[in-house]
Amino acid sequence: MKRFVGFIKKEFYHIFRDRRSLFILFGMPIAQILLFGFAITNEINNVDIAVLDQAKDATSKEIINKIAASKHFSIIDIIEQESSIEAIFKKGKVKAVLQFDNNFGSNLIKYQQTTVQILIDATDPNMASTINNYITAILKNYQSDINDNVTLNYQIIPKSRMVYNAELKSVYMFVPGVMTVILMLVSAMMTSISITREKEQGTMEILLVSPLKPFQVIIGKVFPYIFLSVINALVIVLLSIFVFNVPVNGSFILLGFESVLFIITSLALGILISTISATQQTAMMISLMGLMLPTILLSGFIFPISSMPLPLQVISNIIPAKWFIIIVKGIMLKGVGIGFILKETLILVVMTMVFIGISVKKYKIRLE
Amino acid sequence: MGITLDKISKSYGKIKALSNISFNVKPGELFGLIGPDGAGKTTLFRILTTLLIPDEGVATVAGYDLVKDYKNIRNNVGYMPGKFSLYQDLTIEENLHFFATIFGTTVEENYQIIKDIYVQIEPFKHRRAGKLSGGMKQKLALSCALIHKPKVLFLDEPTTGVDPVSRKEFWEMLKRLQQTGITILVSTPYMDEAALCDRIALIQHGKILEIDSPKMIVKHYPKPLYNVKAHNMYLLINSLNHYEHKHSVYPFGEFIHYTDSRKDFNPDDLKNYLEHENLFHVEIETTTPTIEDTFMELAK
Repeated sequence: MKRFVGFIKKEFYHIFRDRRSLFILFGMPIAQILLFGFAITNEINNVDIAVLDQAKDATSKEIINKIAASKHFSIIDIIEQESSIEAIFKKGKVKAVLQFDNNFGSNLIKYQQTTVQILIDATDPNMASTINNYITAILKNYQSDINDNVTLNYQIIPKSRMVYNAELKSVYMFVPGVMTVILMLVSAMMTSISITREKEQGTMEILLVSPLKPFQVIIGKVFPYIFLSVINALVIVLLSIFVFNVPVNGSFILLGFESVLFIITSLALGILISTISATQQTAMMISLMGLMLPTILLSGFIFPISSMPLPLQVISNIIPAKWFIIIVKGIMLKGVGIGFILKETLILVVMTMVFIGISVKKYKIRLE
Repeated sequence: MGITLDKISKSYGKIKALSNISFNVKPGELFGLIGPDGAGKTTLFRILTTLLIPDEGVATVAGYDLVKDYKNIRNNVGYMPGKFSLYQDLTIEENLHFFATIFGTTVEENYQIIKDIYVQIEPFKHRRAGKLSGGMKQKLALSCALIHKPKVLFLDEPTTGVDPVSRKEFWEMLKRLQQTGITILVSTPYMDEAALCDRIALIQHGKILEIDSPKMIVKHYPKPLYNVKAHNMYLLINSLNHYEHKHSVYPFGEFIHYTDSRKDFNPDDLKNYLEHENLFHVEIETTTPTIEDTFMELAK
């Protein structure tokens, strides 16, 4: 036991003295979660738009106020004639123009229905459709407001078709994904590198010619990273709760338990990689190409699995990250208990056991 | 408690790294393995430290069988690989404590054994191993290999890349260590170090050429050896190499070591030939062969 503690102490020296790996360990999770949360987002904020209000009645004014009050848009220009619409688009000052007809308000009263023209700069199609959705949502909102008070059913019909997609918060989707990627990266890559480093430095030779048993070396290597990865998972969850207001609807303890399970799966993968690679460089390449890419692309983190071609859907089943993402989404967003994620949990447990089994079999007690 | 090897062979694919190596190292002996790079010294060390399994042959280290009792061997030997193999990001003190701990002992317990060596680097004990000079690294590596009081010590080219002063010191330390009863197997490409061993084995291309004490091994030299000197070294080598009766010509310091292929060789014949080749101040005298000469001759 004393030998084991001595070994772990040495591992912590390695980790804390290597600035680069320390940065990967703690800098990257924070940077990634902030990047995904703030920068890479499907939401729009403070989009500049212009308004052409030919009606100038109570209804149009109310709608304009409502739009101006939303944090998504800021009305930076009021134009007077239709002819200036093109000019203002060409200058690139605004992304959208809202046009109310002369008889916008009166039509609403006369016929209980009226139309509003939304012109959107579609050079960025994604942005355009998002803007469209947001404006439409605001109009719908206003419509239900006015229908609350009167018996008549007023309708404001936007002249563009819409798909309801309004308050989708992208950060909700990214948190489970980022958490998965980071735990995978830290656990698998860092352990595989730290074991192959011993091989490269030649210290593995001395460790082998010592009474330390192979499993003691492996557990000793892995243990510090379990500890550090748990801290990482905690940092990510706390950041998502306090910076992005992502709720943890399910049990915090269950989330912790599942995270530890996934960390152990990744560590087992890391050990497996280290048994087949001779140098740190190889270990890093295998971790990046063999683990990171599938984890990001095939786990359902960015691209939905259901829209993948069948062969890729099949492959996605052997990617541990897929199952962990389902688990995290379940616990954090849906608030489910262990009963609903039992299958995924079991799959991870089996995967871990297989990885550890192979590594123990492949671990060499000699040099060749 | 020594080492015995019986017909050890090892191949890497088609390359035969060791063939039929047999020798014994007596308990408490300082045994040298002398040979050039690629002779198979490191492979032999790795086999004896249980890192590799020989293709053929049996061997014991400290009385334990190489394959069956490898765990016992690992408890009882100290190994210093040819490449500096300590943790560069750990300090001297941390490295030493780490190796003491994994062998289930403490630095305090076995301090006596390393004291001689460790006092020299102790003033720098808070310096990281990666920032040490070659001589200091080697002293640290030796301390780490000794901290668990091994019965047998394996040193694979411990002085390669170390300055002459540190090399001399290192061998003095080995001699003192030997007094404590540790069996030491050391390899080196330097012939001058060979003379400091109790017995040496000359090894090349995975084969043992000769085993004997340094004093006796030169007796295996089959021919009279001559020191030849003249005013122009370069011209002298060329002339000697073109001499029809030459057997071997090796530069050795300020002399050329020369042997002749004839049984009834008369040095005056050579002198005449050389003067004929326009060399002045030609001196020829017999000399005793060194280990290096013996090696070169046996390796021929």
